[in-house]
Amino acid sequence: MFDFSIVTKWFHSLLTGVMPEWAAIGIECFIVLLFIILLYAILAIALIYGERKICAFFQCRIGPNRVGKWGLLQVFADVFKMLTKEIIKMRQSDRFLHDMAPYFMLLASFLTFACIPWNKGLAILDFNIGVFFFIAVSGIGIVGILLAGWSSRSKYPMIGAMRSGAQLVSYELSIGMTMLTVILLNGTMQFSEIVQQQADFGWNIIRGHVPAIIAFIIYLIAGNAECNRGPFDLPEAESELTAGYHTEYSGMHFGFFYLAEYLNLFICGAMAATIFLGGWAPIYFPGWEGFNHVMSLIPGFIWFFAKAFFVVFLLMWIRWTFPRLRIDQLLSLEWKYLMPISMLNILLMALVVCFGLTL
Amino acid sequence: MTLEITTIAPAELHAEMLRLKEERKMDYLRNLIGMDWGEEGLGVIYMLESSETGETANLKTLTADRENPCIPTVSDIWDIANIYEREVFDYFGIKFLNNPDMRRLFLREDWVGYPLRKDDKPEQENPLRMDDEPLADTTTEYFLREDGTLASRQHTIFAPEDYVVNVGPQHPSTHGVLHMRVKLDGETVRKIEPVLGYIHRGIEKISESLTYPQMLAMTDRLDYLSAMQNRHAMCMCIEKAMELEVTPRIQYIRTIMDELQRIASHLIYYACMTMDTGALTAFFYTFREREMLCKIFEDNFGGRLIMNYNTIGGVQYDILPDFARQVKEFCQALRKRFHEYQDIYTTNIIAQQRMIGVGTLSLDEVISRGVTGPSGRASGWHNDVRKRHPYALYDQVEFNEIIRTEGDTNARHWNRMDEILESLHIVEQLIDNIPEGEYQVKRKPIIKLPEGDFYQAVESSRGEFGVFIESKGDKSPYRVHFRSNGLPLVGAMDAACRDQKFADLIAIGASMDFVIPDIDR
Repeated sequence: MFDFSIVTKWFHSLLTGVMPEWAAIGIECFIVLLFIILLYAILAIALIYGERKICAFFQCRIGPNRVGKWGLLQVFADVFKMLTKEIIKMRQSDRFLHDMAPYFMLLASFLTFACIPWNKGLAILDFNIGVFFFIAVSGIGIVGILLAGWSSRSKYPMIGAMRSGAQLVSYELSIGMTMLTVILLNGTMQFSEIVQQQADFGWNIIRGHVPAIIAFIIYLIAGNAECNRGPFDLPEAESELTAGYHTEYSGMHFGFFYLAEYLNLFICGAMAATIFLGGWAPIYFPGWEGFNHVMSLIPGFIWFFAKAFFVVFLLMWIRWTFPRLRIDQLLSLEWKYLMPISMLNILLMALVVCFGLTL
Repeated sequence: MTLEITTIAPAELHAEMLRLKEERKMDYLRNLIGMDWGEEGLGVIYMLESSETGETANLKTLTADRENPCIPTVSDIWDIANIYEREVFDYFGIKFLNNPDMRRLFLREDWVGYPLRKDDKPEQENPLRMDDEPLADTTTEYFLREDGTLASRQHTIFAPEDYVVNVGPQHPSTHGVLHMRVKLDGETVRKIEPVLGYIHRGIEKISESLTYPQMLAMTDRLDYLSAMQNRHAMCMCIEKAMELEVTPRIQYIRTIMDELQRIASHLIYYACMTMDTGALTAFFYTFREREMLCKIFEDNFGGRLIMNYNTIGGVQYDILPDFARQVKEFCQALRKRFHEYQDIYTTNIIAQQRMIGVGTLSLDEVISRGVTGPSGRASGWHNDVRKRHPYALYDQVEFNEIIRTEGDTNARHWNRMDEILESLHIVEQLIDNIPEGEYQVKRKPIIKLPEGDFYQAVESSRGEFGVFIESKGDKSPYRVHFRSNGLPLVGAMDAACRDQKFADLIAIGASMDFVIPDIDR
């Protein structure tokens, strides 16, 4: 597997050769910033287009097909429209918090986005408590939603924000528990190390067999809830609360919520790919030498994107099939079922690891 | 064929009504119609029916006092009378004594005058108002003091500390411009107060200045998902008054169209129900089949939503030679795809949990609140007009009245699903046997109805729809009243939703399946 750190090290030494260390790091930071923003925008566009086409496919429709070939430019048209829209200033709303809320959402999704290991040696934030950091920064998004609902000074956003506060805090637990299960299996909190182990010993979902599969399913459910997507889209439940916490937002401020929602979807899929499906690690079957060789020729980031988008497709499939839950059902699902199951699952995983029963 | 109406003095009204309810089991108040008989005074016509025996009784009461007309309330006997009496108060200014909630129902609270009185001049007294519509949190009750003078007292609807959320008039799930003020306690609904009249067009008032054929255009615009049945009721009512017999061919066409319309309406119901509970994909499934139906309608008479099909003494156009084949193809396609609706939505565990045991209405409640149609039948009330008072061909075809007894959202949902199959069954019995004949009976170009009161009810897609005409022998009616099938459904929302969750309010509203233009008229 190609190690991307060779490129980054070479580039670093190239820069330090002609300039002092601080300037080199400054330029590198700038390049990383460009890279992350560009990738963020491209992924958002791809996801929005993909969701519209996939949802149309589920709903016996064609989907966008007028702007550009196969409607490819539809998302650009939508974004430009949104950019030209007025950002409405409402009387009696808390303007400072109201304007700040979308940036909290963006901040959370950027920071979590930076944790993802794209390829071997290609990760922006990679340190020994990566998983911990990921869970911590993903919590910032909740602040954004609560602020948006609170500062709008309107009743629908308020109910939406209260719902999302209850929902996100609850499901954060399940996410944490499933990640703990994986940490037990891999013995590390560093994302690059987790993926490296999967490349060496097999994907976690296979290596950890029963407890890993249970954890994966719980992760999918809780991840879907964390993304505020159906059947857990209660905070914005359009048929009940018109648009929930972002009812009073317009223009690009609404656009930021929209963008963050799609990127959270991708981050959810990417994290599932990283901790369960081997990240950038290709498929290996013991004994199939030729097959394994061909597989290892495919670059790691393609493996990564394929797996992440597969999970994203699963989440979209769920969203466009199920009706929405009610708030009490949603909370009882988490506190009465998912949480106890994931706690027992940690115990099971501990036993599996302890007695060396991993595959 | 005119209605037999017993006159009764206001003083004896309440005791007589109570006697009818207790002794003759007249537990269903079909209609409560305000009237302005000019010189004779203002009054009310009550139409009662027994849900057990099917007996009917019509009464009227009137008071000559035009300044302060007072009639005792019957809202303590039938729950639905409360909202009906508010309507009469709104239109005629009749004060119902001891009704706890005497506010206007459809018009603005600052409206001057009572528009359905014959001497009212609404245009002069009500200029276009540019200020916001006031919405009071209190209501008035009128009562007579012991010395016989009129007095009033105030009741509170919402206290200042209540958390009141406006659901509507612009809301995705009220299916139009319905406005419900909902008192919330966290996520729990404590009280619902419907605010009506956002699409009030005064159709009953307009009809008084139109000729009978002109009036037909109004009926399609009431409950637009039951356009066929509404117009059928109006045509039958006029034909009944004229004593005009229509040919069997017309009866066949009308019955088939009514049932196709019912299928189309229930398909839309399913779509709305799924969308309101968040399953957007299922929404498109029934729209796919409804499109086939719309194509049939469009091919045969050009309309898709507003049909303009029935006329007095017939139908507008003859059906196409291809009609039978098209309908049979549709029936086959729908039967084949019917299971898909259940697979994707109805049998889904989340949908089941959202529907079973939610919004339960008991049998007594639905009868007292006049909740007819599939919603009333979900609580075990045999109220199908097609069985109770057969019209057109319904006494010749074989079909079941779908009854469930649970009274919850699930029962209402399944009732409509089963009615689709039942309607298909009716259509399939008739479609091959449409007899030859005239599609329009010869009649005089100018229609004058004989003097009298006429009433005709049909089973529209969501309950009993009735047309009441009082004629003085002119080209235009003296008074027209439509029994709205949606108004009782909205009236029952408070009882169904109390202490349920806010999300259930939306699901219950969808399962009631009201259409707003029919409520506001």
